[in-house]
Amino acid sequence: MTGLVDTRTPNPENFFAGDDHDWELVIGLEVHAQVTSNAKLFSGASTEFGNEPNANVSLVDAAMPGMLPVINEACVRQAVKTGLGLNAQINNRSVFDRKNYFYPDLPQGYQISQLYHPIVGEGVVTIQVGPDKQGQFESVEIGIERLHLEQDAGKSMHDQHPTMSFVDLNRSGVALMEIVSKPDIRSIDEAKAYITKLRSILRYLGTCDGNMDQGSMRADVNVSVREPGGEFGTRCEIKNVNSIRFMGQAIEYEARRQIDVLEEGGSIDQETRLFDPTKGETRSMRSKEEAHDYRYFPDPDLLPLEFDDAYVNEIRAELPELPDAKRNRFMAEGLSEYDASILVSDKSIADFFEKVVEGRDAKVSANWVINDLLGALNKAGKNLEESPVSAIQLGGIINLIKDGTISGKIAKDLFEIVWNEGGDPADIVEERGMAQVTDTGAIEAAVDEIIAANPEKVQQAIEKPNMIGWFVGQVMKATGGKANPQAVNELLRKKING
Amino acid sequence: MSVDTATVKRVAKLSRIAITDERAESMQSELNTILGFVEQLQEVNVEGVEPMTSVVDMVMRKRRDEINDGNKAEDVTANAPMSEDNFFMVPKVVE
Repeated sequence: MTGLVDTRTPNPENFFAGDDHDWELVIGLEVHAQVTSNAKLFSGASTEFGNEPNANVSLVDAAMPGMLPVINEACVRQAVKTGLGLNAQINNRSVFDRKNYFYPDLPQGYQISQLYHPIVGEGVVTIQVGPDKQGQFESVEIGIERLHLEQDAGKSMHDQHPTMSFVDLNRSGVALMEIVSKPDIRSIDEAKAYITKLRSILRYLGTCDGNMDQGSMRADVNVSVREPGGEFGTRCEIKNVNSIRFMGQAIEYEARRQIDVLEEGGSIDQETRLFDPTKGETRSMRSKEEAHDYRYFPDPDLLPLEFDDAYVNEIRAELPELPDAKRNRFMAEGLSEYDASILVSDKSIADFFEKVVEGRDAKVSANWVINDLLGALNKAGKNLEESPVSAIQLGGIINLIKDGTISGKIAKDLFEIVWNEGGDPADIVEERGMAQVTDTGAIEAAVDEIIAANPEKVQQAIEKPNMIGWFVGQVMKATGGKANPQAVNELLRKKING
Repeated sequence: MSVDTATVKRVAKLSRIAITDERAESMQSELNTILGFVEQLQEVNVEGVEPMTSVVDMVMRKRRDEINDGNKAEDVTANAPMSEDNFFMVPKVVE
């Protein structure tokens, strides 16, 4: 790593209280993201999740003598694409090194990685932290130190046998991108926002599926504390944190632990720690200390990885619109930053919204997608892929409001029917007589009836104009909610106030 | 550059090679002889010379992203000292 540069201005809102003075957190993240590919980084075995033990293993992955690695071109392409998505320097020449250590899930006795010459250099990710109480977001730039390609290890299971561990090499040799941030993160919220943003970018790019529960994205978290704005402290590395929530808990615990040690006059040992989600604490991994001498050297089985600018430009031309650009476009089309941020947070939501908004009002479409659809999905514990209401159906509902066929209130009922029973919104409205009455004659009849039946209320309404709301309610009730509220309002005002 | 016995033992341990004290001493002198040769090599001025990665001028061959291997768990575990349900079994390692 190059010399550490502090790019941030200390923000007291992020400080941890201490005995004599406040403490500031400094966080850097190393994210391991599994490359989306059919085959592994150096073999033709499948990367598919959840197969039978050792089914996805070639003799290369099992490190049988004489087997040689041959790089998968698609994994290189994915790494370059990710680098471009992180606004990063692409290195046309990179080199694979061996990182040597012993563990039963590492049959080669070394991991093929890139230490000295990674495929991607410095870049930047912009995160949005917030919203605060005023609904404002703060944009923060988090530096990327590097991205390199490496092999994943196998998986050990320790609960199958009293004295033996079981090893499955299905993941062994799957391509990972290790994405290393600079120590630019200063709070738990920023760390969460960073990993959420990174995940979103990877999913937009299609270079990693971002499934943290399947282990396709894991983070090593480097945490240190210091006096606000002071020298960087000694860091500890928390290994293999596999959910955003756990990451928050691990950082919180680790920051408190380090502050306690320092305030009692102790010092922090640079060490690797493990987060235990059941106890909510981090603990030292003593066994790893000696293993830290990895004796890296260039892998003699692999030539340097080289490509020309034309290759990079070809990949650049394939880049999709990324979340930042999409959010800015949505805001230019009239959405609030809050709405735009929610819609672009996940590619599937953005894609859904874009289908709904096609030819319709942006604000209205956003409200329906965010408040009604996402709200209902959240309540039902479903994700967007499982949504019972399609973009076409939701668009149909919005059309019916727009052309005055149904009121906004009836539209909510219609949404529920479509959610529960499916079907074409226009047909449902037709079949069930849900269309709103815009026929002034019919509304007028209802209005007259109610005015005639409530003379004392009419008197009150003349004195207190707010009373008109009561009449609107009565007319809506009388017409089964199908009267156009605006027409009702106008008629009532005309009739009551003369 | 030369190494002491402690370094020899450390490197052996990192490489999972068991050595006796006696053997460590003889290895120390063997390794120091090799390091002496390396020192000689370092006298050559290689400033501005790219490290040679291949004797022939060629670019690295790449494979297409196709699944054409795997589904041979029996073969993979055939030489394992112990296995069950196609898992390798190793003495328990747990953090």
